[in-house]
Amino acid sequence: MPETIDTAGETDTHSSIDRRLAVEMVGLVLTGAVTAVMLTFIALNWLQAYPVVGEWYDQFMIAGQWMDYYLGTNVFQWSFMWQQMATGVLIGTVAPLIGTFLVHREMALIGETLAHTAFAGVAIGFAAGSLVGGIGTPLYAALIVSIFGAIGVQWLAERTNTYGDVPIAIMLTGSFAVGTLIISWGRGQRGISIEEYLFGDLSIVGAESARMMAVLSIVVVAIVLYTYKQLLFITFDEQAARVARLNVNAYNTLLIVMTAVVVVGSMQVLGVILVAGMLVIPVAAASQISRGFRETIYLSIIFGQLSIAGGLALAISQSLPSGGSIIVVAIAIYLLTIAASSRQVMAISTH
Amino acid sequence: MSQIESARTNTFDDGDRTVTPAVDIRDVSFAYGDAPVVKDVTLTIERGEFLGLIGPNGSGKTTLLHLMLGLLEPDSGSIDLFGEPVSSFEAGSRIGYVSQQSTNRGGSMPVTVRESVTMGRFAHAGHARLTDEDTTIVESALETVGITDLGDRLLNELSGGQRQRAYIARALASEADLLALDEPTVGVDAESRDSFYRLLDSLNDDGITIILIEHDIGVVTDRASRIACINTELFHHGDTESFVESDALAEAYGATGQVVHHDH
Repeated sequence: MPETIDTAGETDTHSSIDRRLAVEMVGLVLTGAVTAVMLTFIALNWLQAYPVVGEWYDQFMIAGQWMDYYLGTNVFQWSFMWQQMATGVLIGTVAPLIGTFLVHREMALIGETLAHTAFAGVAIGFAAGSLVGGIGTPLYAALIVSIFGAIGVQWLAERTNTYGDVPIAIMLTGSFAVGTLIISWGRGQRGISIEEYLFGDLSIVGAESARMMAVLSIVVVAIVLYTYKQLLFITFDEQAARVARLNVNAYNTLLIVMTAVVVVGSMQVLGVILVAGMLVIPVAAASQISRGFRETIYLSIIFGQLSIAGGLALAISQSLPSGGSIIVVAIAIYLLTIAASSRQVMAISTH
Repeated sequence: MSQIESARTNTFDDGDRTVTPAVDIRDVSFAYGDAPVVKDVTLTIERGEFLGLIGPNGSGKTTLLHLMLGLLEPDSGSIDLFGEPVSSFEAGSRIGYVSQQSTNRGGSMPVTVRESVTMGRFAHAGHARLTDEDTTIVESALETVGITDLGDRLLNELSGGQRQRAYIARALASEADLLALDEPTVGVDAESRDSFYRLLDSLNDDGITIILIEHDIGVVTDRASRIACINTELFHHGDTESFVESDALAEAYGATGQVVHHDH
């Protein structure tokens, strides 16, 4: 019984929707291309000891020198700069990607909690490193502790039937408390500087942590592609997903563990305190103006990349902390989308 | 999701046996802590039935529905869905569920109507890509409920009545043969409500079993073929005429001393 339903509220003309889609597609293709270049760099850098790859790596760095020559910069000829940029670009893709599900699952603070858990992990990594020596980056310890933290949060949520404020707050402060205790104890053993991990610092991004981020990002993107439908259904209507016999608890656990992984990978650039911003702010900006869930994901990633690009440019050129720079740019984008969406609302009301 | 596929074919080839009821509830009790919410309820819902589930606020209607759908486990008693124990029932796509939560959900999540209806195909597709057939089914579900024009609109921009149609379309897209609705027309204007119930009628005529929780008793007696009236215990279960003649309503509503009239 098709009935006529008023659709006169439609404000976007078809041509403006097409234009928008075209701009988004350009943004996505650019993101994909840049990500591919960054992954190529990490792979070449990783395997440069092998004969043919070594030559390619040299060529890549020569190309970097030419870029610096033409752009008048002093960035692209340095391997460590590429590592920092690569880590940034990967963060700009995976953090908003996971964040899109978290935000609309009303789990935005989970990222913040897991970052604090990861901080305890970094502390444990440092402490273990100073005792045993030569463990390398404390990020591996952070990764393990944070994944356990994620499973703990999920366990609490299943028992209390909610991702409630109270268990989250306890988890957040509790793991941070443990972290500070270990740090203070570890300082007695050997000098530990933790500030980079609190506020984010590009200079702690090394070859090893860039590789870790690359592997984590590929795994996370692959899992999201494979489980996109299930994650979307659970995010949108958890009860209906349960009735449709999706294993909701399993997918929730998967999402929260992926969050932990992304948080740890992003922590070195953004810092414990600011890392949740990258999960939330680009998504909030995208949700202001997007016309569907798929578009929300696309726009979140585009806004994430713009924040990273703007933030890194600011941080590198002005010698500012990377975390703060990125988040400030992200918030600027968010404010712009609010302005844009209120213009849309005005257009509707004056239609 | 081969499990789901095989469960579907299993439950469909029961032609030679006597047809199992859609829902079979035997002696089910459920309590939150010490407070009994559902007590000793035995209720059979045949295939193709349109059951109105009524009772005062806090009478356990929603809990009973959740028990039927497997969202909650009974403390005692047993529930079968299409002849299978609900705890091991895997053919989730056969059930379309519109929760109170989804009814109220204005939500900030930007999802288009078409995206939300497409979710009805997810249990079928599992991890595979959606096929052209899936797309066709989604489009015809949109058309059946009359919201094809709204496909690209955001769900949270729609009126209450239009949003309900989108949820029904999702159930149709999943090819559900049981539709469970929990107070679907809260906050929906009278005209849209009428046409919404006409839609339910015609779906029921096509053979879809419907369970409807509704606080407006007038609507239930007009539309439903059978009525179950509960207030923790089952006060009446039978066809609409016998319900209207009985004094189950007064008993059930009198038990908690609540106002009988819910009309607006």
